[in-house]
Amino acid sequence: MAGRTVYDKIWDDHAVAERGDGMTILYVDRHLLHEVTSPQAFEGLALAGRELWRRSANLATPDHNVPTTNRAAGIDGIDDPIAKEQVVVLDANCRRYGVRQFEMTDVRQGIVHVIGPEQGATLPGMTIVCGDSHTSTHGAFAALAHGIGTSEVEHVLATQCLAQRKSRNMRILAEGELNLGVSAKDMVLAIIRRVGTAGATGHAIEYAGSAVRALTMEGRMTLCNMSIEAGGRAGLVAVDDTTVDYVRGRPFAPVGATWDEAEAYWRTLVSDDDAVFDEEIVLNAAEIGPQVTWGTSPELVLGIDEEVPAAHFFEDASKRELCERALEYMDLKPGTPIASLPVDRVFIGSCTNGRIEDFRAAAQVLDGRKVARNVVQAMAVPGSGLVKRQAEAEGLDSVFKAAGFEWRDPGCSMCLAMNADRLYPGERSAATSNRNFEGRQGYRGRTHLVSPAMAAAAAVAGHFTDVREML
Amino acid sequence: MTPFVRHTGLAAPLDRANVDTDQIIPKQFLKSIRRTGFGDNLFDAWRYQDEGDIGQNPNERRIDHDFVLNLPRYADASILLARANFGCGSSREHAVWALLEYGFRCVIAPSFADIFFTNAQKNGLLLIVLQDEVVAHLFAKAQGEGLTLTVDLPTQTLSGGGTDVRFNIAPERKRLLVEGLDDIGLTLHHADAIRAFEAKHRARMPWIFEEPA
Repeated sequence: MAGRTVYDKIWDDHAVAERGDGMTILYVDRHLLHEVTSPQAFEGLALAGRELWRRSANLATPDHNVPTTNRAAGIDGIDDPIAKEQVVVLDANCRRYGVRQFEMTDVRQGIVHVIGPEQGATLPGMTIVCGDSHTSTHGAFAALAHGIGTSEVEHVLATQCLAQRKSRNMRILAEGELNLGVSAKDMVLAIIRRVGTAGATGHAIEYAGSAVRALTMEGRMTLCNMSIEAGGRAGLVAVDDTTVDYVRGRPFAPVGATWDEAEAYWRTLVSDDDAVFDEEIVLNAAEIGPQVTWGTSPELVLGIDEEVPAAHFFEDASKRELCERALEYMDLKPGTPIASLPVDRVFIGSCTNGRIEDFRAAAQVLDGRKVARNVVQAMAVPGSGLVKRQAEAEGLDSVFKAAGFEWRDPGCSMCLAMNADRLYPGERSAATSNRNFEGRQGYRGRTHLVSPAMAAAAAVAGHFTDVREML
Repeated sequence: MTPFVRHTGLAAPLDRANVDTDQIIPKQFLKSIRRTGFGDNLFDAWRYQDEGDIGQNPNERRIDHDFVLNLPRYADASILLARANFGCGSSREHAVWALLEYGFRCVIAPSFADIFFTNAQKNGLLLIVLQDEVVAHLFAKAQGEGLTLTVDLPTQTLSGGGTDVRFNIAPERKRLLVEGLDDIGLTLHHADAIRAFEAKHRARMPWIFEEPA
């Protein structure tokens, strides 16, 4: 038998049965829920008269539309009555079905992809799904994790399974060492530029190579998080000491003899030497500099020392058209150095870059510096209440506030602007989130994706700039 | 789920690659707890010249008359022609609900994003993948003299405008759509197998089933 990839192994360990129609019934170990994509699923479950299959598999928290101010007021602090109803309905559904929830006022509340790993509810080898495309984040733990739609949320609630076809295997090998000031975010943006926004469609990605091994768990989460921006539903990293050390001691992690048994299993979650990948892409990590997206697709990426391209730069007709639309929407002229673009708002946070190391990296740049006058707002939004508490214990909040940043409460915030945190028409942001689509951060807003250190540098300079010159 | 067997309808050409689900239905409409009410806000930022919000009367909004779906000739379109990687980005199933409620029964493109593909399948929106050249030909027809297509799912054929092509679809997808089957019900036929698997899985990996007090 040919060797197996990590993805193959997890798949094999969760395949329940063939459904008889070409689909495999795949068992789901962990199901994460939030307020936006779950109400219709719970309603469907009730309408069909079905029961929740396994209560303890589920963990819920409101994150997408919660405000990032005045959180002590709880649900009453949500001004938007429609958003409020969603949070009320999540509370009601969790109570009705006995699902564990970190409610708005709980210090453990946060972005669903931050709290899973933080709590140890994300464990190696698990199948993990959530009605959110950035569920790929959890793949950092050698878990098979991907986003699902609301019908599939209902399917998991009712059956603890998904009906699936197996994906193909893709390996992205990043060898060498990242330079100082260059992070996992820069690495993943460079990967998406290379692979393209649909390049990994139909594939489960395994990130490997010395540059990936050298990343912390938080860096690996940033990397896996944006797999979907390359078209891959799932992205993962094999288990090593870094994985095991991170998980040990977390509230949901096993202890004692069960831990030993679990660890022994987790250590098998590496791809066999003779495993076959359908696609392979190799990058030299040492060649990656700080990255900035310039357009309205995450594949439209530049190094900080590059210039906005002209449409004729692209050979492919549809790429040329995409580029022309992006130039117009972003109000850019070909040949403009990306470093010359002024920034109106800065957003540090999201499931991509809302963890403690992200705030440390930004604070290192901000320490002793001020946000530039032309920047109308700079926001730091911790990914969870516990990230916020940790940052405050380290005094990072003081650094952010002294620099002129707003220090907010946890949530998805301006990544998708479902709450009050947003760009206004024509404004340009430096954002540590994951999508630069038209209107993503606010109607007619213009988003440039960067790392936390690069966002901090842009806040200080008032325009994009090479953070390496500030370290 | 509403079965999909055969459909004849006018094709509207949406000539953009990488149409993401944020464009199909913008975030402000995701605050709804219902499955309906999204059709008026399909492609909201492209269809209208003002900023959309939940609960507006579409008749009181400023229309972008240049947007393809607002052209009178495509007013009755029920088949959407799209470019590569349609439906990329967010997993929001609201995108599929919006397309269906607007009146689309079928989307034809060279490729679709994975999560959107699954979501469409679960709701009876037929997605047809055709080669670039075939899609380009259909675009030319739809943008030119106009194109009415007939999709016949049992025979997997697409005809109209001088085109008569067979398309591929996985047998299980076809059966689900043609028979309008309840996907959850199909899986629950295997409830005994799931229970047996779960017991074995629990014995082998008890840590998955433990939870803190």
